[in-house]
Amino acid sequence: MTITLFAFYVFATLAVGAGLLVVVARNPVHSVLWLILTFFSVAGLFVLMGAEYIAMLLAIVYVGAVAVLFLFVVMMLDVDFSELRGSIANYFPMGALIGVILLMELGLVYGHWNFSEAAQALRQSPTPDLVQAHNTLALGQVIYTDYIYLFQTSGLILLVAMIGAIVLTMRHRPDIKRQSVIAQMHRDPAKTMELKDIKPGQGL
Amino acid sequence: MISNDLNTVLPELLLAIYAMGALMFAVYTGKDRVASMLIWITALVMFALGGWIAAQPAGAHMAFGGAFVDDGFSRFAKVLMLWASGLVLLLSQDYLTRNDMLKFEFPILISLAVVGMMMMVSAGDLMSLYMGLELQSLALYVIASFRRDSLRSTEAGLKYFVLGALSSGMLLYGASFIYGTTGTTKFAGITSVIATDGMGLGLLFGMVFMTVGMAFKISAAPFHMWTPDVYEGSPTPVTAFFASAPKMAAAGLIARVMHDAFGQATADWGQIIAMLSMLSMFLGAVAAIGQTNIKRMMAYSSIGHMGFALMGLASGTQEGVQAMLIYMAIYVVMNLGVFAFILNMEKDGRAVTDIRSLGMYSKTSPGRAMALAILMFSLAGIPPLVGFFGKLFVLQAAINAGYSWLAIGGVIASVIGAFYYLRIIYYMYFGSETDALDAKMPGLHYIVLAASAAIMVFGAINLFGLEGFAAAAAEALLK
Repeated sequence: MTITLFAFYVFATLAVGAGLLVVVARNPVHSVLWLILTFFSVAGLFVLMGAEYIAMLLAIVYVGAVAVLFLFVVMMLDVDFSELRGSIANYFPMGALIGVILLMELGLVYGHWNFSEAAQALRQSPTPDLVQAHNTLALGQVIYTDYIYLFQTSGLILLVAMIGAIVLTMRHRPDIKRQSVIAQMHRDPAKTMELKDIKPGQGL
Repeated sequence: MISNDLNTVLPELLLAIYAMGALMFAVYTGKDRVASMLIWITALVMFALGGWIAAQPAGAHMAFGGAFVDDGFSRFAKVLMLWASGLVLLLSQDYLTRNDMLKFEFPILISLAVVGMMMMVSAGDLMSLYMGLELQSLALYVIASFRRDSLRSTEAGLKYFVLGALSSGMLLYGASFIYGTTGTTKFAGITSVIATDGMGLGLLFGMVFMTVGMAFKISAAPFHMWTPDVYEGSPTPVTAFFASAPKMAAAGLIARVMHDAFGQATADWGQIIAMLSMLSMFLGAVAAIGQTNIKRMMAYSSIGHMGFALMGLASGTQEGVQAMLIYMAIYVVMNLGVFAFILNMEKDGRAVTDIRSLGMYSKTSPGRAMALAILMFSLAGIPPLVGFFGKLFVLQAAINAGYSWLAIGGVIASVIGAFYYLRIIYYMYFGSETDALDAKMPGLHYIVLAASAAIMVFGAINLFGLEGFAAAAAEALLK
């Protein structure tokens, strides 16, 4: 057994096992922690495949940002997970049955699978040769040059999501006090402060 | 090279830049106080862009390595969508003001949705197809729940969002099958793989899943469940918008995928589309009978009409695509007229949607009743109105392509469906008198209603040349 193969089995087993624990863990905070382990194991698999950029992306973006955000959400929202899980138990047999049927159907399809002979070459055609460009450079070229149209469109989609979130949730409440920077800066000490000379023993 | 690409997508680019500019302008100036002005400017921008696209010379251009196709077909759909959206914006202003919903985001979201639609009908690649679809859908989910304090409106938005996400998932699942078997997401590449290897099982699976996803978007039965609830719950101007431009976009998208990517497998998808068409026509005709809410009724009506439009597509011929385009154009014009009326169904300042409130409407306002009656006759497809010619074209296309059973089904469904259109006319002219609707109709709405009715009558002469435009567009798609 080569070291690569050994590493593969370690990462793969960890990813699958941790993934299972994400779903079955009783404590939601534990679930998120298992999720982080899953992400790291998958990042390891990507490194083995030679996709070091995606591995780093997974570690930085998913573990560093997304999972931590999840952790905050889970801790801040008071969701009764045991109650949610109770209803899952009701749906589980039906869901499992449908899942198994779908899996068997896909298995039947896979038995008669025929990939186009040109598929392999076509799949590789958008990316430059890895001898000339390393992963990060190749991704950059594909995303920002070849697929600039799609990249910009995703930006527009995110803009729509932002406008939507604001338009559906933001309310201007007139009854709360707001900070007015201009008013603050134009305050004059002479008008807002009054100095009084208080004699001892007399009070104001 | 990039300047050529940008030149090809210039209409989309301009509209997107306009939307972003308008957003900045409104945020930094009067916010909702400039909303009416923005609605007018947005509508004018859309009319101008539509006119500009209509004036483009014939010919096909590709951009971004085939991800974007600008041809006669996409231009036809874009002109229709831009003009319809502009008109809906103008119609909606009055209703939004009355119901205290006039926000500056409304025209901006509509223009971004239109950008998405324009990308959909111009898609030349599975990825750009999905991006356009999502841009459009996301904006539509938001405006469906635009009346955010109303339970029905938020429910409509949420329902639309959840089912829309499910359908997008199916579409992507299908797209992944197609990419897996062919190794490319470009329509041209998929066609060339089918030409050499034929339709494999994986490709067929992908095609079916994608069809399901797109049938959701066009609200074809049996994937129509969201339509009545969303149409009923959304604010009426939004319903009017849903029933016009997005329908054309979804129909254009299906035609684009089927003919551009699966052009050599007409027999494979023809039967699926034919079945969707049959189910939609019958469901639209039968389920609308029990409805008393005019918005729900129009939702089922739209399902039925989509069935007819799909009948044209199912034929798989150039004639079929032409018939579909003619049908969609006529449908959009009829719908705009009907919604110009529905937007003003009010009593004592409250919106009324019950069709029984139209009782003896012909007595109180004969002009409007007359126009609405013409539109209802036209929706039912009664000759010599234009709505009949739309049906005639798709039936002809279906028969010429050997789908006689589908054509017979269509005729039966349209006879059943005529019942509920005629019922509205019955209420207006012979029904029992009710407390009359008392809203005054703004001049613009009156003009749109009257113009739409007039087009239905006088268009019967030559369809205003629509036949020729649609023929050119269909030819561009099948080339």
